[in-house]
Order: sequence, then C-alpha cells, then structure tokens
Amino acid sequence: MKQNLIVIGAGMASGRALEQLFAAAPDAYDVTLFNAEPRGNYDRIMLSPVLAGDKTYEDIIIHDSQWYADNNVTCRFGEKIVAIDRVVKTVTADNGDVLPYDKLVFGTGSNPFIIPLPGHDLDGVIAYRDLEDTQLMMAKGKGDKVVVIGGGLLGLEAAAGMAAHGVDVTVVHIMGHLMERQLDEAAGYLLKKSLEEKGITVLCGANSKEIKGTDGKVSALMLDDGTELPCDLLVMAVGIRPNIALATEAGLATGRGIHVDDQMLTSDENILGVGECVEHDGAVFGLVAPLYDQAKVVAKTLLGEEAKFTQKTLSTKLKVTGCDLFSAGDFAEGPGREDIVFRDPARGVYKRLVIEGDKIIGAVMYGDTADGSWFFQMIKDGTEISDMRETLIFGPSYQGGSTVDPLSAVAALPLDAEICGCNGICKGTIVEAINDGAGDLAAVRASTKASASCGTCTGLVEQVLQVTLGDSFQMPQAQPVCGCCELTHEDVRRLIKAKELKSQAAVWQELGWKTVNGCHVCRPAINYYLLADWPIEYQDDPQSRFVNERKHANIQKDGTYSVVPRMWGGITTPDELRAIADAADKYNVPTVKVTGGQRIDLLGVKGADLPSMWYDLNQAGLVSGHAYSKGLRTVKTCVGTDHCRFGTQDSTGLGIKLEKHLWGSWTPHKLKLAVSGCPRNCAEATCKDIGVICVDSGYEIHVGGAAGMEIIGTVVLCKVETEDQAMEMISAITQIYRENAKYLDRVHKWINKVGLEWLKEQVVDDAEQRKALADRFELSQTIYRKDPWAEHAKEKSDIYQPLADLTTEAAE
Amino acid sequence: MSWIDVGAIDDIPLRGARIVKTPLGCIALFRTDEAEVFATSDRCPHKGGPLSEGIVHGKSVTCPLHNWVFSLESGEAQGADDGQIDTFSVRVKDGRILMNPAELGARSAA
Ligand code: SRM
Ligand SMILES: Cc1cc2nc3c(=O)[nH]c(=O)nc-3n(C[C@H](O)[C@H](O)[C@H](O)COP(=O)(O)OP(=O)(O)OC[C@H]3O[C@@H](n4cnc5c(N)ncnc54)[C@H](O)[C@@H]3O)c2cc1C
Ligand code: SF4
Ligand code: FES
Repeated sequence: MKQNLIVIGAGMASGRALEQLFAAAPDAYDVTLFNAEPRGNYDRIMLSPVLAGDKTYEDIIIHDSQWYADNNVTCRFGEKIVAIDRVVKTVTADNGDVLPYDKLVFGTGSNPFIIPLPGHDLDGVIAYRDLEDTQLMMAKGKGDKVVVIGGGLLGLEAAAGMAAHGVDVTVVHIMGHLMERQLDEAAGYLLKKSLEEKGITVLCGANSKEIKGTDGKVSALMLDDGTELPCDLLVMAVGIRPNIALATEAGLATGRGIHVDDQMLTSDENILGVGECVEHDGAVFGLVAPLYDQAKVVAKTLLGEEAKFTQKTLSTKLKVTGCDLFSAGDFAEGPGREDIVFRDPARGVYKRLVIEGDKIIGAVMYGDTADGSWFFQMIKDGTEISDMRETLIFGPSYQGGSTVDPLSAVAALPLDAEICGCNGICKGTIVEAINDGAGDLAAVRASTKASASCGTCTGLVEQVLQVTLGDSFQMPQAQPVCGCCELTHEDVRRLIKAKELKSQAAVWQELGWKTVNGCHVCRPAINYYLLADWPIEYQDDPQSRFVNERKHANIQKDGTYSVVPRMWGGITTPDELRAIADAADKYNVPTVKVTGGQRIDLLGVKGADLPSMWYDLNQAGLVSGHAYSKGLRTVKTCVGTDHCRFGTQDSTGLGIKLEKHLWGSWTPHKLKLAVSGCPRNCAEATCKDIGVICVDSGYEIHVGGAAGMEIIGTVVLCKVETEDQAMEMISAITQIYRENAKYLDRVHKWINKVGLEWLKEQVVDDAEQRKALADRFELSQTIYRKDPWAEHAKEKSDIYQPLADLTTEAAE
Repeated sequence: MSWIDVGAIDDIPLRGARIVKTPLGCIALFRTDEAEVFATSDRCPHKGGPLSEGIVHGKSVTCPLHNWVFSLESGEAQGADDGQIDTFSVRVKDGRILMNPAELGARSAA
C-alpha cells in the first residue's frame, strides 16, 4: 500500500526533494503539496530579473501544472497548514480539512524580517520575498520615490531593479559599507560607486528611526539624524528568519530553525525538514546550493536509504545588476592572517586574498572575478601557496605578466578632470597639447599654462606626459608619500580634488594603494586632505590621527598628558585663573607652567582624568587650546592701544577676534599667529606663520615666519586699511594654505614651493578669489569651530577608561 | 577553562584600541577589522610608550612616542628596530571579546 507524504511549502528546496524522490521511486508515495502562496514552485532567485523586466513570471516557473499532474501530486496551492497532531499523525489545513500522513516534510522557507519601527504596519511597507512583493515594486515608475532599507544582496537587487524603471531609489544601510558580510570596505566602496552611477542614492551608516504616513499610507522614512526621505513605497530587506512557528507549535525541537540531523530528520522520526526553515549543526541557510544538497538527502531518507548531509565552505559569486563581485571563505575575522592586495584603478578592479599559515582562507574580488573559482578551489583544497606567493594575486594565467601600472590612477582620469587648479586646465587640454607636439614639461607649460603657476601639479602633468607619450618621455624620480603608494603628496592632493574622492576607501582604491588601509605615515595625511577638501561630505576619522589629536591633549614621555586651555589673545580673568587653579588642585597636577604661547599648561594629567577635568574647565568657560594640533595654535598679542603709549591699533582686540574666528580649524601643520600694536613688535609677529604689524595707516600682513628648528623672519604680503579687511585676508591665506599645502609643510616651506608672487596673485590681487576662499573657510568652520573637550567630556568619556579591570578577577 | 568576557567589540573603535587592567599590568586590545581583535602588552619595549594610543594600521600598531612599529600577530618590532611585546589570546564571539584567564595569571609580569 502506498504511503501518504504531505509536504508543507512548495518552495525551491522541497521542489528539488520531490524531483529526486520521483526520479528514484515514482510510486513510493501519494504526495499532497500545500503552499501558502497561490502557485507552485518557481525560481525565487529569478525574481530580480522579473523585477528588472528581463524575464516574466512564466519564464521562472520550475514546476508547471503538467509536471504536478505527471507525477500525481495533489496540489493545494493558496492553502496553509495551520496545525499538526503528531500523535494521530494528521495535519489541519486553514479551511479545516484534516489529512492523515505517514511522512511529513517541512519546507516552509523563511519569513522576511520586518524591523518594528513605528509605522512598519503602514500600507506601502513591504519586504522582498515573493511574486506579490515583486509586482508591487514593478508598479512603480518614473516620478515615484522608493526607499529600500538594507544594503545587502536583496536590498540592492530591489533598488537596481526599480532604478532600471526610472524610479528614484534611495538605499539606507546601517553599516559603514554595503554587503558587509560578503565584501570588505574597498569592494563595498566600488559597489556603491557603481550603484550611484546608475542613479541610486546610497546612504551608509544611516539609522532608520520612524516611518511616517498619511491616511494609513507610507509617506517618508525618518533617520535618527533628522533626515527625512519622502517615499511612496518602502522596501525592507534586512534579513530573513526561518519560518518555524508551526513546527514549534507542534512540539518539534527548534532553535533558530527547525533542528534536523544529518538525515534531515527532525526530533520526530516521521517528520523531515528541508530548506531555509531548518537548522543543521548550528547553521541556518540562505542560498540554494546547500538546500539542493539537503534535498537529495531528504529523498534518500524517505526511501529508507543511507545518506548524510554535510555542510561545505561557501563562495558567493554575485552579479548585482552588472557589477561583478566574488567573495569566499573567511576574509575578515581572526588573528594570524596576512593580506595580499591588488588594485587597478584604471579598470575598477580590487582583489584581496587573506592568507593564514601559507594557505588562502578567504578572497574578495570586485570588477574582475575570473579567477574566483581558482582561488575558491585552493581555499577548499587548502593548497600550500608559499611557492607562488609573489604572483598569486594575478591568478592562474599569470606567468611573467605585469604588475599594476603605477600610472594607472592618472590613466584612469577622465579628460575633463582638472589637473592644474590655478589655471583651470583639464587633462584633455594637456593631452591635446602633447598630441600637437608639446613633448616635455616646458612645452606643456608654454602651450597650456598647466603647472606654470604654483607648480604643485608638476608631478601630475609629467604623468600625463608619460601616459600619453609612453617610453619616449623620461619621468623624473619623485618621492612618494610612503611605501603604500606611488604618488607624491602633491599628486594625491590634486587627484583627491580632480576625481572628487571623498572617503578613505575611495583614495585607497582610485589611487592604487598597496595596503588595506594605509599606515601611520599616509593615513593622517589622507585624513587631513579629505577633511580640508570636503568638510561637509567627509567625516574626520580619529583613528587616523596621532594620539594627541585623538585625545585632545599632549602625550608626555611617561604616558600622562598636558592640558592647555585657550586664553583668547593671551587675555584671562581672575575667574578663569581660579578655575585653572582649582583643576590643578583637584587632579593633583604636578606642574603648572606659563607657555611660550601666552597661556597656562597643566602638565602630568592622568589620561583617565581628562574628561572630568575638561568638564570642570568647561564650566568656567574655558575650551581646548589645541596645543597638540596641526591646526590653529595661538594668536599672541601685545597690549596695543589699550594701554601702551606707542600703540597704533587695538592689537589685543584684533588678536582675540582672529583667534575666535580661526580656532578649531585643522591645517597642514601647526598655525601660529601674532598681532603687534606697532613696529616694536612685542608680540613677535615677524616669526609667526601669519603675523600682523599695526601701523598708523592700517595693518601690515606678514607671512612665512617660524622660530622653531629654523628661525625665519616673515615677509610682507600686503597692507590693508581696516580690521575687516585684515580678517578676510587672513581667512583667505589660511584657507589657501589648507587647500594646497603638503601635510606637515609649515607656511614658510609651502610658500618656498609655490612662490610669494603666486600667493599675492591669488589672495591680494584677486578680490573675488579672496572672498571665495574666505567663504570656503567659513563653511568648513561651521563644522570644526567647536570645543572638542565639551564633546569628549559628554559623549566619549568612556573611551578614556579601561575596557575592563581584571586585577581582582584573574588573580583568584 | 572558561574564558573571561572583557567587553563588547563595538566598545573599541575600528582601527583603535582600549586597555584592560590585569595583574600583569595593562593589556592593550586592538581592533583591526570589523570582527578582529588582538591583545598585547601595552608597554613599548623602547621607552615604555602606551601602545594602545598608537595608530593602528593593517595588523600593526605604531608607538605614539617614537614610531616603532609592532606586528600585533607576532609581537615583533618591524623594520630596523629590535624588540618584542607579549601577545595574548583573544576570541571574538557574538560581538563579545573573550580572554583566557589562565594566560593572564600564568605569565610573569613583564
Ligand atoms: C608647551 C610649549 C613649551 C612651553 O612650555 O612654553 C611647547 C611644547 C611643545 N612643543 Fe613647541 N611649545 C610651545 C611653544 C613653541 C614656540 C613658541 C611660540 O609658539 O611662540 C615655538 C617656536 C615658534 C614656532 O613654532 O615657529 C615652538 C616650536 C616647536 C617646534 C618646532 C616647529 C618648527 O616648525 O620648527 C616643535 C616640533 C614640531 O612641531 O614638529 C614643537 C613641539 C612641541 C611639543 C608639542 C613636542 C611634542 O610633539 O610633544 C611640545 C609639547 C610639550 C607638552 O607635552 O605639552 N614646538 N613651540 C609651548 C606651548 C605654546 C602654547 O601655548 O601652545
Ligand atoms: C529576490 C531573491 C533573490 C535571491 N537570490 C538568490 C541567489 O542569487 N542565490 C541564491 O543561492 N539564493 C538566492 N535567494 C534565496 C533563495 O531563493 C532561497 O534560499 C530559496 O528560495 C529557499 O527555498 P525554500 O524552499 O527553503 O523556501 P521558499 O522558496 O521560501 O519556499 C517556502 C514556501 O513555503 C510556503 N509556506 C510557508 N509556511 C507554510 C504553511 N504553513 N503552509 C503552506 N505553505 C507554507 C511559503 O509560502 C513558500 O512558498 C534569493 C531570494 C530572493 C527572495
Ligand atoms: S609692540 Fe608696540 S604697541 Fe605693542 S606693546 Fe610693544 S611697543 Fe607697545
Ligand atoms: S617608547 Fe615606543 S617607540 Fe619609543
């Protein structure tokens, strides 16, 4: 007599199991197949091509009605099983029918996870799982706005599919980069860039807070930073949860999924499980490959044959709407590992291998995934790679092939990328001149003016010559930033502007960095260049800063810190002095010293005391003096017209104004100013980066002084008549220094490179440019003119304490 | 032997460090990647610089006082400098950082 087999769920996994069963023993069972969806087994993976309009639903049906008829399957589609009685071995359908079974198979798949945000139950909030969801998305077109929460595979497929129909799509992803489980930061950056090229807006590190609606329908997503993203449809693609409710209710053993053994049997010997609903040996599943292995075992077990399901290492080769990506194995976690990185900015290629004990254990590739399966095989086989380590990353076809071209970043520049900022000359203009016969730097300068002003783009112009002329141009040797790259500081700065690189990941990739995330030499420089050029878009990275700038205090030789509060223009009050004295008492400060910068230094403070000490000083109105920063330090002043018989202008007042205007700004190196009330120069303004000497008729603006390792007197840049003019001029000088100088060049070094004449042309002769520079400085200051101590005392004080204290615990 | 939970990985900034106080002195925990943490002694063998305040790059740290660079995996000083720091076992599980108490008690204080 035939046995009754009831299958719950007509999904991809149970469908494959039935195929295997019918192939081996067509008459073993009477099969009844329930499916909550009103249709049979179709290829869920192919919903994305359906969404994009490349396929229809009919194209992706796996089992049609003919197939079910041929195999005598009783189909009950659109019907759910709502209860199971394991004692009498029956199932109950949602219409009340009770059916007996001999064997029962769970293939209930997963439920999409819906974040319980306020408003998640509004009309127009959907997941991406089945044909119904797909149809709702396909109904959107030009003029519609959709927000997708989730930057994993599903979310991006949904976004790309809708964008192809002209929908205005925004992807909101909580992590720092897309698809963080399959890709590392660099590959995530390339993926984001390619989606943006398709017109999709991608917001990473964005936290959803609330879904807004009108008349019960979704109208916008609110982020926790207050951003409002209007939308007519909101797709949540943030993960799946195995669908186990029915199994749990029936008393089967469940964890994250329905527990199954190697034979795919649940805790009840007559009930099996297959697909995304099961948990095997602690793992749950989300891709079809392992499900198909399970399906084979299910068929064998149903026929009483020996079979065993084993989990395998997985690789993901994905094509997210035309972007090739590949990842396999373990590429982020665990100590004892080493990276091999290859980047080709010209082709948009990134490859990274993770090596442990002479074996590849993980691989991430973007743009060129041809070698993916070769690497994957080596991961699975545990191949020893010591012999081929040097050339490994170039793949199997490399034998004596080429390494990446150091010029590829320049080769990859589009023709409209600006190379010479002073004269606004694009790569295309230079290439044209070279093709017209300009064969060396002098000729290019003469015909285009490129690199003929400040000269900091010389390296780039030479590289364009090399790229265009090939070996017939002899490149002069230039000093790269560090061992991580081939470019000079000046080239990196120009390229960050020309290619609009706005994140560290963008710099590493587009400029061909040879390391994963730079080193202690290049990272602080890149962090500075990015924040100086893109104050709004780029967020300062404390982990790319020297400890002094990260902790906002000077580290001392014994690991304690010094604290220097600002004294605007060297002026203080009895109350401030009392607050400083109180803090010195309260925190047992061993040394209190008057600095060479007209303020007071509290030396020898314990790191853990910094936040509370700053809090106390803040209460008295004192803020950080940035005595540690590559940024504005002090503006020294003399007493000027307030008290001095020789004073010509209010030097103290102007110094205070300048300090209040400039403080908090980051600069390539430290920036020191002084204002003296007359040429007797008691504030030593002529050895400062920028100095002001007041005279009867106005203000002499000096630049390029220093009194450190070398003593260098300033030169006069210009003379202005009013305080306001002096302020604007100094803002402009500061900003042009911020935008152009090499990291760790003081003003005098930088002026030696670009020339005083050039600086005059930019800020003195060109009023429009001066104002634009001052405006850009002010824009940046809207972000950086704030007291870091206040923020750290309030929000970051934990970081200053040990993570844990095990001195008692571990001593037992 | 049960491992000690010393805190959440997210309490260490990415490419940053925190210290843990132990009977052996301060141990620095470095977070080099989303889910990768290394533990070493916090004292630079050169002149005692607090390594947890250094810049973390790749799987190395640069001492904040005089720029010696140490491999966090082997504890060896890199390049021309000669020196070694102690390394300790750490595990990351479900976002928590675990350390081996036996190891923390067994070694002699450096
Ligand atoms: C505290 C102070 C000495 C004092 O007790 O007076 C000081 C202390 C340091 N100076 Fe200075 N400088 C101090 C005024 C000066 C001055 C005088 C001035 O600003 O008028 C100069 C010469 C003027 C100049 O900068 O041109 C000065 C020229 C230097 C230099 C050499 C810079 C150069 O370009 O040659 C360095 C090294 C560097 O920056 O690379 C330096 C570096 C340092 C550092 C930050 C060394 C370091 O990296 O740890 C010292 C920090 C000590 C600490 O732990 O707090 N300090 N330093 C002064 C703080 C002033 C303030 O209130 O902020
Ligand atoms: C858009 C999209 C793209 C994807 N892309 C890929 C990819 O590129 N590569 C890859 O490997 N995987 C991909 N996947 C995942 C893959 O589709 C799933 O892993 C696979 O479909 C799971 O199969 P399953 O049989 O376990 O579950 P499902 O296919 O979900 O089938 C379960 C069925 O059970 C029904 N059911 C649930 N409860 C009951 C009940 N009580 N009574 C009756 N019926 C019930 C459900 O309605 C459902 O139809 C993708 C998934 C989606 C949604
Ligand atoms: S610089 Fe001139 S005005 Fe200022 S204190 Fe000295 S003498 Fe007086
Ligand atoms: S103390 Fe670490 S390098 Fe000198």
